[in-house]
Amino acid sequence: MDLIANRISHCFGDLAVLDDVSFTVGAGEVVAIVGPSGCGKSTLLSILGGLLQPSSGAPELRGQPPADSLNPLTFVFQDFALLPWATVEENVEFPLLHTQLSAAQRRALVEDALRRTGLTDFRKTYPKQLSGGMRQRVGISRALAVRPAILLMDEPLSALDSQTRELLMEDFVRLLADGGMGAVYVTHNLEEAARLADRIVVLSRRPGRIREVVAVPMTRAARGEAAAREKLLALQNQIWSLIRNEAIDAEREVQHA
Amino acid sequence: MLDRAPAEIAKDTATRRVRFRGAGFVPASSRFGGWIALALVIAIWQAAGSTGLVNPLFLPAPSAIARAIYRLAMSGALWQHLSASLLRIGVGWLLGTVAGVAVGFAIGLSRLARSVGITFISALFPIPKIALLPLLILWLGIGEEPKIATIALGVFFSTAISVYSGVDAVPRNLIRMAQSFNVPFATIVRRVIWPGALPAILAGFRITASVALLLVVSAEMIGAQYGIGAFVLQAGNLMQTDQLLAGVVILSVFGLAVGKVIGWLEARLLHWR
Repeated sequence: MDLIANRISHCFGDLAVLDDVSFTVGAGEVVAIVGPSGCGKSTLLSILGGLLQPSSGAPELRGQPPADSLNPLTFVFQDFALLPWATVEENVEFPLLHTQLSAAQRRALVEDALRRTGLTDFRKTYPKQLSGGMRQRVGISRALAVRPAILLMDEPLSALDSQTRELLMEDFVRLLADGGMGAVYVTHNLEEAARLADRIVVLSRRPGRIREVVAVPMTRAARGEAAAREKLLALQNQIWSLIRNEAIDAEREVQHA
Repeated sequence: MLDRAPAEIAKDTATRRVRFRGAGFVPASSRFGGWIALALVIAIWQAAGSTGLVNPLFLPAPSAIARAIYRLAMSGALWQHLSASLLRIGVGWLLGTVAGVAVGFAIGLSRLARSVGITFISALFPIPKIALLPLLILWLGIGEEPKIATIALGVFFSTAISVYSGVDAVPRNLIRMAQSFNVPFATIVRRVIWPGALPAILAGFRITASVALLLVVSAEMIGAQYGIGAFVLQAGNLMQTDQLLAGVVILSVFGLAVGKVIGWLEARLLHWR
């Protein structure tokens, strides 16, 4: 199943935030969206996932999702969006409750999702008892439980400290390794983008337009090797040079709110 | 290998300790402090009464109040008054709460209910509900109904306001999360909005419990044969201050008990906080 941004534009009132953005995420592909702050990255992701109605253009799907997918487009949120009154396993089960699945089937899916994120021992704990990294693992586990075709990840690591980010990045690489699941990964962190993405969509500052789509010419597995490090760094620098001046302008801009 | 840096630098000059300046601003309540203070006040009060320092007509000693309560309990009058008040509070509070929760949710969830509801609530909420008692007596007769209706009205407005504020305060990101998983409306209300609004709803219960207590006493003072309010008024008219204060103590104990119950409910239902 492909996810297509078809000429998406969006305004909040008078403020144009996205201008005619088009690209396609192929099945199993990981596309990162980067750009200066306020360029509409997160807005674009909300539109792609059907949580926000664009002013013009539309998100579209092509082809059928895998038969066992319960929620083909599944979000992982920056702030985790966990139910504070529910335990880890209740949070993971939450998106399954309204489905046709039997209790036993639900339990099997929850079990599998908890195992894949290393949360099995934490099933009975509440979100407030967990560190930020473990909370985001719950968010990821909940996403995995519904067997997504494409993960929509909205700055999933930016609320975490750098060591936790590193650990979760390793998890992401592992989860996306087999190509069974695609992802749109919104980030302001170019290193994350270069580590994870097959292609990187670079947006301009507001209103966000596509500046460039950069392909990362390496398999994800190869990027962990020492030899790859220099190449990735060069790629990051290349992208940074694309957005540096705009990031400066964006930073100096007076907020409209 | 990593080179290890020295932990200390030059040691030759005298050192001064950095002055601690982070003290205070963390009041911790001690377990017994409150009880000791209460016992102390009662003891002084008792002493003042026993030594004749205070005229018992104006302020009877705690022992006299305790005796009055004991006599009331023995004679059965206490239960007669208390049960009359409890019935009014119970029915009135329940009616007001059920209606208030329903209207509060409607205002929190529907645009139409919001625009209509908030207008009416803003207009009617500031009216002291006891002022409506004479009108309610005209409408409903002189029985229990106008008293119950007064309490229900007072409870209703506070509840509706705290419920819709609670619904408004449910984090938007949780609702969006649920929508992103195609969770249906009714499930979102039951599993996201209801638990998310519950802290505000229970906090509202504390307020409505005291509103109900205030209104039952006022209504009973205006016109009732039985009830703690009627009893306190009678005792005052007869200058039986020990009886009067006995009624006040019973009200205070009742208020405390309700507070405890709500505290217990909060501990049970909101343990996740």
